[in-house]
Amino acid sequence: MLSINITIVIPLFIALFLPYLSKKKLPFHIGWIVLAVPIILFIMLASFIPSVASGETYLHTIEWIPTYGIHFTTYLDGLSMIFALLITGIGSLVILYSIYYLSSKESLHTFYVYLLLFMTAMLGVVFSENLFVLYVFWELTSISSFLLIAFWYHRKGSRNGAQKALLITVSGGFSMLTGFIMLYSMTASASIREIISSIDQYTGHPLFIPALVLILIGAFTKSAQFPFHIWLPDAMEAPTPVSAYLHSATMVKAGIYLVARFTPIFGGEALWFWLVSCVGLVTMFWGSFRAIRQTDLKALLAFSTVSQLGLIMSLLGLGSIAYHLGVQEESVLFTLATFAALFHLINHSTFKGALFMIVGVIDHQLGTRDIRRLGGLMSFMPISFTVALAGCFSMAGLPPFNGFLSKEMFFTAVLNIHQLDLFSLDTWGILFPIIAWVGSILTFVYCMIFVFKTFTGTYQEKKLEHGAHEASIGMIISPVILAILVLGIFFFPNVLGEYIITPAMYSIFPTFTPSFDLSQTVSPWHGWNMEIAMTIGVILLGTFLYIFLRKWKGIYSLFPPKWSFNTLYDSLLEQSEGRSKTFTKFYLTGYLRDYLVYIFLFLVVVTGGTYLYTNAFSFDMSGDAPVRVYEWIVVLVMVIAGVSILFAKSRVTAILLNSVLGYMVAVLFVVFRAPDLALTQLVVETISTVLFLLCYHFLPEWKKENTKRKTKITNIMISVSVGSLFILVALAVNSGNLFETISRYFEEAYELAGGKNIVNVILGDFRAFDTMLEVVVLFIAGIGVYSLIQRKGIKEEEKLEDQ
Amino acid sequence: METLMIILAGILVMIATYLFLSKNLIRVILGSAILSHAAHLLIMTMGGLKTGSVPIIGEKPLAYTDALPQALILTSIVIGFAVTALFLVLAYRTHRKLGTDNLAQLRGTHDE
Repeated sequence: MLSINITIVIPLFIALFLPYLSKKKLPFHIGWIVLAVPIILFIMLASFIPSVASGETYLHTIEWIPTYGIHFTTYLDGLSMIFALLITGIGSLVILYSIYYLSSKESLHTFYVYLLLFMTAMLGVVFSENLFVLYVFWELTSISSFLLIAFWYHRKGSRNGAQKALLITVSGGFSMLTGFIMLYSMTASASIREIISSIDQYTGHPLFIPALVLILIGAFTKSAQFPFHIWLPDAMEAPTPVSAYLHSATMVKAGIYLVARFTPIFGGEALWFWLVSCVGLVTMFWGSFRAIRQTDLKALLAFSTVSQLGLIMSLLGLGSIAYHLGVQEESVLFTLATFAALFHLINHSTFKGALFMIVGVIDHQLGTRDIRRLGGLMSFMPISFTVALAGCFSMAGLPPFNGFLSKEMFFTAVLNIHQLDLFSLDTWGILFPIIAWVGSILTFVYCMIFVFKTFTGTYQEKKLEHGAHEASIGMIISPVILAILVLGIFFFPNVLGEYIITPAMYSIFPTFTPSFDLSQTVSPWHGWNMEIAMTIGVILLGTFLYIFLRKWKGIYSLFPPKWSFNTLYDSLLEQSEGRSKTFTKFYLTGYLRDYLVYIFLFLVVVTGGTYLYTNAFSFDMSGDAPVRVYEWIVVLVMVIAGVSILFAKSRVTAILLNSVLGYMVAVLFVVFRAPDLALTQLVVETISTVLFLLCYHFLPEWKKENTKRKTKITNIMISVSVGSLFILVALAVNSGNLFETISRYFEEAYELAGGKNIVNVILGDFRAFDTMLEVVVLFIAGIGVYSLIQRKGIKEEEKLEDQ
Repeated sequence: METLMIILAGILVMIATYLFLSKNLIRVILGSAILSHAAHLLIMTMGGLKTGSVPIIGEKPLAYTDALPQALILTSIVIGFAVTALFLVLAYRTHRKLGTDNLAQLRGTHDE
């Protein structure tokens, strides 16, 4: 099955040629070429449906980095099939739509290159079987999404939205990578299938819970779960086809895919259940609550996407209980939740794609998508109205649309959960159906706002840029196809269930096969029961709330805009920039003294600390040679000369005192029987003094340092501690256990090298390499001095420029 | 003798450090010269002091002083000298170009 690996890279390959094609001045829209890619891929993948439905899977490996176990492995099973069909199917419709949506004045090839890049990335995410390859494609979706959001890069809003989306999803991606690495280090395998089969041995591992949480953060950021949902509404600055494709049907479901894929690994853990289902429910509630307030249709749809993704996420969380219970009769109640999640996943992609496209049509035809300027479009745009009605009623969970079925199953799942006496669900579990129900009512309200505020009411021609009329057939065809699907799935849900969802169920619950029947029969009518009662309640209360919307809208002003997560995000960004700037300005003063203080303090603390910590200070002076009187005198002279430098009033004194030090060092070399050193030291000290005096001639008079007393005391303390540390370390080293010196070898200088002066033989024969490089140093210094002096010409040129 | 030399070198290090921390460029360069003296003395001391005669073959003594540290110091003196010479010329150029040898004023431009 090489073809799946190839499938992934086909869009990328086509993308490579688009820039060339765009230069050719094609007689037709470049999108038509692009359109062929997802259609072909869709047909190709669809041909696998029967064999996958009969339980077959396809695995193919291409070695990439074999030493680390990283292979480009693809795995086609039921779960990846659903997502791949969505990616290619919705992809085809979106590209068809975009052909009519984007005018040829736009930079079309850029758009389609990004879109194809995204398609590759997304297919890679769902087909990758290797953790690290999955991560690579995961980040590629973030990057291509970033590029697509900022497609109109001249707009500030686009750039901000893209930056926000990138920051949030990439931080989540990093956390996911960390989780993957933990998983890899636990199980020593990067293959998801191998990890699933061996995970039972590792559930007690200390890294198991951190890996779980980190991977979930990755999934939550990508799927815009609470509180990481804030990037999705801002990503609506993207062109509408992008919003429809990435931010409703595919990319935001990558997190859902990840959770579904990792359920066999982490599903048995209570924390997994709590995190996934609670975050999902909170997201569902919060998204629907915020959606009602929006006046921009796309923002409304963005929050509704957030809410619906929360719903799917919570269903996946509820489904994971089945893992906790294991293979038994009761589990079927909870595998139902997972079934509902996958079912709603497909449903959501259909109706949300259609709704986004309708918003695009409205925006394209009327030049606005502000709900306050719209109204009464029903008679002008009948087809769009029909599609919007179908989409919204499906989203609200009304028959005869597919959303009704998934909403019923959602209610069944939350009702089942509170009957379970596990994880103290019998007491707290009652909150699940309540939150779900309230969220559904709010969902109903914003769906009604979407349809009726846009298409009914009074037509406000003056507020519109263009007069209202129906869009071209090419633009309307994709939403119509999706609306037909919305209706079709309601009437034939079991075709979808049997061929698409059930195989995916087997991939989410691989341990349950083959003894356990995971398939569900979805029936539009299942008798008078609690779920129906809840739906009727949703309709009644929802209608009531919609009619009296004006009366209770004041509740939103209870939440001042200051408290939103956007403000938090913005202030976090601002604070981190501001704080780091302040901190940098605080310690990078540009003043040499401050940097030297850091270096000296570091030296004292680290070296002194290490010596203290390892108890290395020990002193032994027994091996010392005796000190004679004239040596005392030399040392005394040096100390006096050295200390006097600090108090010297004029530069001449300081320079002369420094040469006193130098000559005294030469005297010490004589005492220590180093004639060559003494000679060199004398000569060098003389030349240095001459140099210092030369500088003296050119430099200004030594001004009195008006340093503060406090700084002076600090300086004294630092220098005394550095000097003391030096003494202590040197004494400790001097009294340590030493090896025999290797210098005995050099004493055979005459036999080995034919010279009698051992020091010179070392410099010229044994270690001549040092000498050579030292000559180079001197040479470079000479060149440096010369060129610095000769730079006068350049200086004058600069002066000319200054004028 | 070794302990005395180490303490002497330590005092030189103190002086050098103090000079490093001052504002005047020439004082900093003086500090670097003094620090190199301290380093040379330390190398010398660590090789052991006065344990033999001058390391020149011919006198047939019982032992020579260690020649290796002497060779190292010789190399170091030359390098130290080269660096000091370069520093001094740099200080001279800095003063010619910028009109000051006060390090507190040599802090780059504000629009960086």
